[in-house]
Amino acid sequence: MRLPGIHGRESAPGLEPLAAGGGGGAVVDEEERILTFGNVFGRDAGGLIVLLILFGALTLASPEFLTSANMDNLARQVAVFGIIAVGQLLVILTAGIDLSVGSVLGLTGCISAELLVHKIGIVPAILGGLAAGAAIGVFNGALVAYGKLPPFIVTLGMLGIARGAVLVLTNANTVQPLPDSFGQIANGSFLGLPNLLWLFAAVVVVAAFVLRRTVFGRYVYAVGSNPESARLAGVPVTRVLVAVYAIAGLLAAVGGVLFTSRLNAGIPTAGTGYELNAIAACVIGGASLFGAKGGAYGAAAGALIVGVLNNGGNLLAINSFYLQIIIGALILIAVAFDQWQSRRSAGS
Amino acid sequence: MSPGVADNTTAEPVVALRNASKAYGPNKALTDVTLELRPGEVMCLAGENGAGKSTLIKILTGAIRRDTGDYLIDGKDVGSPTPSQAREAGIGVVYQELSLLPDLSVAENLLMSRLPARRGITRPREARQQARTMLERVGLEGLDPDTLVAGLPLAVQQLVEIAKVLGATPRVLIFDEPTTALSETETKALLERIKQLRDEGHAIMYVTHHLEEMFEIGDQVTVLRDGGLVLTAPMGDFDRDRLIASMVGRKIESLYPASNRTIGEPRLRVKGLLPQGSSTPIDFEVRAGEIVGVAGLLGSGRSELVRAIFGADGRQTGEVSVDGKRVAGGDPRRAVQAGIGLLTEDRKRLGLLLELTIRENASIADLDALSSFFLVDRREERGIVDKYLGGLRLRAASWEQPVSSLSGGNQQKVLLARWLATKAKVLMFDEPTKGVDVGAKAEIYKVIGDLAAEGLAVIVVSSYLPEVLGLADRVLIMSGGTVAGELPAAGATEEDVLRLASVGGGATVTEEMGA
Repeated sequence: MRLPGIHGRESAPGLEPLAAGGGGGAVVDEEERILTFGNVFGRDAGGLIVLLILFGALTLASPEFLTSANMDNLARQVAVFGIIAVGQLLVILTAGIDLSVGSVLGLTGCISAELLVHKIGIVPAILGGLAAGAAIGVFNGALVAYGKLPPFIVTLGMLGIARGAVLVLTNANTVQPLPDSFGQIANGSFLGLPNLLWLFAAVVVVAAFVLRRTVFGRYVYAVGSNPESARLAGVPVTRVLVAVYAIAGLLAAVGGVLFTSRLNAGIPTAGTGYELNAIAACVIGGASLFGAKGGAYGAAAGALIVGVLNNGGNLLAINSFYLQIIIGALILIAVAFDQWQSRRSAGS
Repeated sequence: MSPGVADNTTAEPVVALRNASKAYGPNKALTDVTLELRPGEVMCLAGENGAGKSTLIKILTGAIRRDTGDYLIDGKDVGSPTPSQAREAGIGVVYQELSLLPDLSVAENLLMSRLPARRGITRPREARQQARTMLERVGLEGLDPDTLVAGLPLAVQQLVEIAKVLGATPRVLIFDEPTTALSETETKALLERIKQLRDEGHAIMYVTHHLEEMFEIGDQVTVLRDGGLVLTAPMGDFDRDRLIASMVGRKIESLYPASNRTIGEPRLRVKGLLPQGSSTPIDFEVRAGEIVGVAGLLGSGRSELVRAIFGADGRQTGEVSVDGKRVAGGDPRRAVQAGIGLLTEDRKRLGLLLELTIRENASIADLDALSSFFLVDRREERGIVDKYLGGLRLRAASWEQPVSSLSGGNQQKVLLARWLATKAKVLMFDEPTKGVDVGAKAEIYKVIGDLAAEGLAVIVVSSYLPEVLGLADRVLIMSGGTVAGELPAAGATEEDVLRLASVGGGATVTEEMGA
């Protein structure tokens, strides 16, 4: 049953939309404004600027940097952990954290490898790995959303469980040989660019689209901002939480399958420490661990910054120990900058 | 009342506040108030919400600085003391929200800032001994000082809190609504304890909404209204009606929309609902075009009632239906889909998504309708936000600025727009004008009136009685977690409402209201 007046979207006596001018005028202005860099990339602008500067500087500093061989190399290095970082970002946006992604990468990669060794087709083997990752994510999410356990603890537990499971599964041995056609997935290229780069780009673009344009994306930010407010506005908070951990698990499995494909072998220790790299990428890319701040392009930029620093450091023959210090400092600078900015806007 | 009253009124005041004023911007919270507290005497502080009681307490405890006036302790001007200076000068306060740390033991709580220790290593035996002595003073001889505070009943926690305050050997004790969470017998015991403290020579200030407690314990009463002092007089000079009249003493301005609405069919039906902490089921209905006010003292279950209807507190017994269709309980999402909206009391904690933009805050409850195939239709979203926020005359540079950059009144308008956008059939407002300036208040009242006129069923919960009586067609009065009575707003006075609200049980009153 529909009532007239305020219930019709067209007419609202007593609550007419403002004519041009007044409070609504500013909104009209905004549509006419020239698009800036910040408009296009929204919440993610900071990381991209740093990335561009880094790219420019390295191109000037090293003649080998902007060569196709090096770019190829860079893409392969960054893609796997960039994909994980996108999953991590979704969890961080809800003010959570997923420490299990590295272990899940190792486990799912080896599950796919074992399935291949047992002569199950390539597609079912890949799907098996992905399903395992998503299932682990759902389990994490259920404990966080329904069990009300802290995400840090839940995923810390899963970090140990998944890593232990993969060692039991493989007896700590490398799983091989795998069919060459499986290795082609991560090592091949398409239109002159490595497949891994295409996949990384696809994951980032899809995630960015989901976060900005879909109802689910809006709910993710709402839950991260204030779960109780969100719940009282009718947001299905528990389902959103389960979904973000499921996606993080699924993307970790994507990373696992690609990692296995790249080396064409299942490595039980694969992905060790990746969870911290993924968190670092998100933070450098402007995400806040308190939730609701950050975006997919930012996380991708963060992953690329870390990758480019490592790559450029190698080219310029900088001691890799110093690179670790630089990346650590970068995290502190990113967070300090973020704090400084939010304090400034709160003060104004 | 107490045998020593006559002598004590002549005693020198321990604390004297003379002509104190305090303003927040253009808002005068306290104007020219004089107050004297004498040893061996209980001074009650009476007044409605917003009368300036808490401002007065904060000035005494040093939590805020007064703008003008003198503050004398033992006849000496103390200037503007900091909270710790006030404590040292002998001012002790027992707050309504207990300041105990629940995960620590009773002894640790009692001796928090002065744990007996040698070179940084605590001495548990000595601490236990000291704690026991402190507990004896409030009649808790049997309580083990090693018990964790979290495990104690509220009434015992209240006494522990008092013991903690007494530990600083204050000469003035201020009780700010200490009985809100206590049962009747617990309240009685507490009042006895306070009388004992009075007879020991403490000067006591007692603040409560419950009139009968004032009559039970007060020697003197100071009445505040709109930040000004009405009078100070011996409690014995008052009866109930005279006290209420001097607290209210004001006419309702025509801030409120005219109530020439046509009232139609019942839209919201509540049957046998048991909100959290309530033991008596609640039945009522709200008709299309009707505004029902919910009044009651703090802790009477006002917010719990609307939260239960909205399903905010998990599963509950009882039935809620909108337009004859039953609403599944325990999930706000279902309530929203059924056409119920709740404008929550605590904007920052329970309403706003502070990191998000104005547009995102306004559209969040309506995203299901604004989307197709999971995609938010941004053109339609912007249209909705323009329409409802524009209609509320919200002043903002852009809908894309963070909602945290708006003032309280404008934030409230954003939340109002959120529920307008859902085309709700039933809208519930919990303290809709809390922390909102007068101008925005009138606009919010107008919107509430317009909504009812368009056929919505509206519930307004408010602790500000003129607002309830001015807006509503009918008032439900809550007491002890359930509905204690019902009044048509037209003929009712604030005195009538207060009388029903401050009744403990409520059973006799419902009979009275039967017709």
